[in-house]
Amino acid sequence: MLRLHPYRYHRPKELGEALELLREHRGDSMPIAGGTDLMPNMKHGLYTPSHLVALKGVEELHVIEERDGELVIGAAETLTRVASDPLIKRRLPGLARAAEGIAHPMIRNIGTIGGNVCLDTRCTYYNQTYFWREALGFCLKKDGDVCYVVKGGSRCVAAHSADTPPMLMTLGATVDLATADGARSVPLTKFFTADGIWNTVREPDELVIRVRVPIPSPRLRTSYQKVRERKSVDFPLLGIALAVEIDDSHLIESISLVVAGLGAKPRVVGGLDKIAGGQRLTPDIIEEVARRAHRQCNPLDNLIVDTDWRHAMVAVYVRRAFEEVLGQPLAAA
Amino acid sequence: MIEALRLTVNGDTQEIGVPSHYTLLEALRYVLGYTGSKQGCDKGDCGACTVLLDGQPALSCILPVQEAIDREVTTVEGLAGPDGPHPLQDAFDLTGAAQCGFCTPGILMSAASLLQRNQSPSNHEIREALSGNLCRCTGYTKIFDAVEIAARALRENRPAAEVVRA
Ligand SMILES: Cc1cc2nc3c(=O)[nH]c(=O)nc-3n(C[C@H](O)[C@H](O)[C@H](O)COP(=O)(O)OP(=O)(O)OC[C@H]3O[C@@H](n4cnc5c(N)ncnc54)[C@H](O)[C@@H]3O)c2cc1C
Ligand code: FES
Ligand code: FES
Repeated sequence: MLRLHPYRYHRPKELGEALELLREHRGDSMPIAGGTDLMPNMKHGLYTPSHLVALKGVEELHVIEERDGELVIGAAETLTRVASDPLIKRRLPGLARAAEGIAHPMIRNIGTIGGNVCLDTRCTYYNQTYFWREALGFCLKKDGDVCYVVKGGSRCVAAHSADTPPMLMTLGATVDLATADGARSVPLTKFFTADGIWNTVREPDELVIRVRVPIPSPRLRTSYQKVRERKSVDFPLLGIALAVEIDDSHLIESISLVVAGLGAKPRVVGGLDKIAGGQRLTPDIIEEVARRAHRQCNPLDNLIVDTDWRHAMVAVYVRRAFEEVLGQPLAAA
Repeated sequence: MIEALRLTVNGDTQEIGVPSHYTLLEALRYVLGYTGSKQGCDKGDCGACTVLLDGQPALSCILPVQEAIDREVTTVEGLAGPDGPHPLQDAFDLTGAAQCGFCTPGILMSAASLLQRNQSPSNHEIREALSGNLCRCTGYTKIFDAVEIAARALRENRPAAEVVRA
């Protein structure tokens, strides 16, 4: 049995009220949406805020609609909804599939897309009970000052482990944020940082209100590839999102590839326009893209899986992503 | 801090006092006495605590109790009807789909929700619907069989025992 610390559970109905509560209790409060990440973390003693500000009841955070050439998704929409909503399935099938591959049905029924974007980073030495962490000696990310992954390391390298952000990044999504003092918008590619302790630019009393995704051209093809131990329940050991715009003769108009699940920040694979832009999508180009992704990624021993194997899988799953967008095995491409 | 709140469990609405940091599972088991929902991993990994919230399966061990306010909670205690066990319960009994039984209440709830939505689920749909419920004993085969039998019993409106014999 894992007991929670005492807290007050606030259930605001309006956004302004939620933001006000977060300001009033700044430093000792956290937002909670589905709680499917925060509740286990609190049970492990990783967060112990005295005030939880519940977001599910806030009307403004519930919306899925097309507006001004964008698809707008409220932060409190559940993953089940994101995976099954007809508008999302039609306009952003890659996002629906990424959401569908998260955890398992019960978690998707409660967990939200806002919580997924704000998911805490994960590490073998962090996602453990207080007893476990104390027995080994606390780590950099929580209660301690050593890193067990990088010996002598002073920067936390816990892994970004959420499934929708990589896909959203390749789709050019923006997050709208707000505090009691004002609002701002941040492209998702600028939202994450390389600090595993707190890997976003979001302030603790700031809320993600919605995610906005530009409606892609009908020529855009996407794939999300997730490596995990079991086909259900598990977090990604590696997540690969590919969005490539190709015309009928397979000429590449744009290409975007994000690799997540390795370090604190999802990695946008660089230099692809140079090697692939304007080219025909051939097995050679795919091989070159896979090589680049592999070269630019450097997995660490932060999750229970062999690091070299995880590194090797980068290229394998980049190839599989291309196979999916082409709708056929590579050999036949 | 003790909080007074109103919960509707298996159709019965009660005003209760619970510590404000309780999960729905703790409120069910330790305040209301509904011990059918099991406390397994207690952190979202195993599905033993699965209950229905407005008909949808959810994990009660990581659900703040306040999130159940104004919703219908159904636990395994509420599965049987006035005429006897739910066809799923009969099918589990007849096929030996429960061994130690610890996962059974959660699996029954996930399966009941599936059959509510879809009375002719494919084997794949059954696996998908139960993919968050772990079982350490059965190897799952008997469980999938039981759900198929219960689905047929519901479709054909006859007892699970007849479906098994047929
Ligand atoms: C067994 C298990 C398996 C899982 N598998 C996966 C998986 O495969 N892939 C995956 O991506 N995730 C997985 N998760 C994690 C989690 O369920 C999902 O990421 C889910 O989307 C989190 O959403 P939530 O609403 O429950 O977040 P919460 O737990 O409510 O919140 C998560 C964090 O975000 C903050 N937050 C929430 N909403 C907002 C907001 N609108 N603005 C600002 N901050 C906010 C909270 O303060 C908290 O720090 C898994 C969890 C479990 C328990
Ligand atoms: S007890 Fe709730 S998921 Fe294991
Ligand atoms: S019957 Fe024992 S865990 Fe499923």
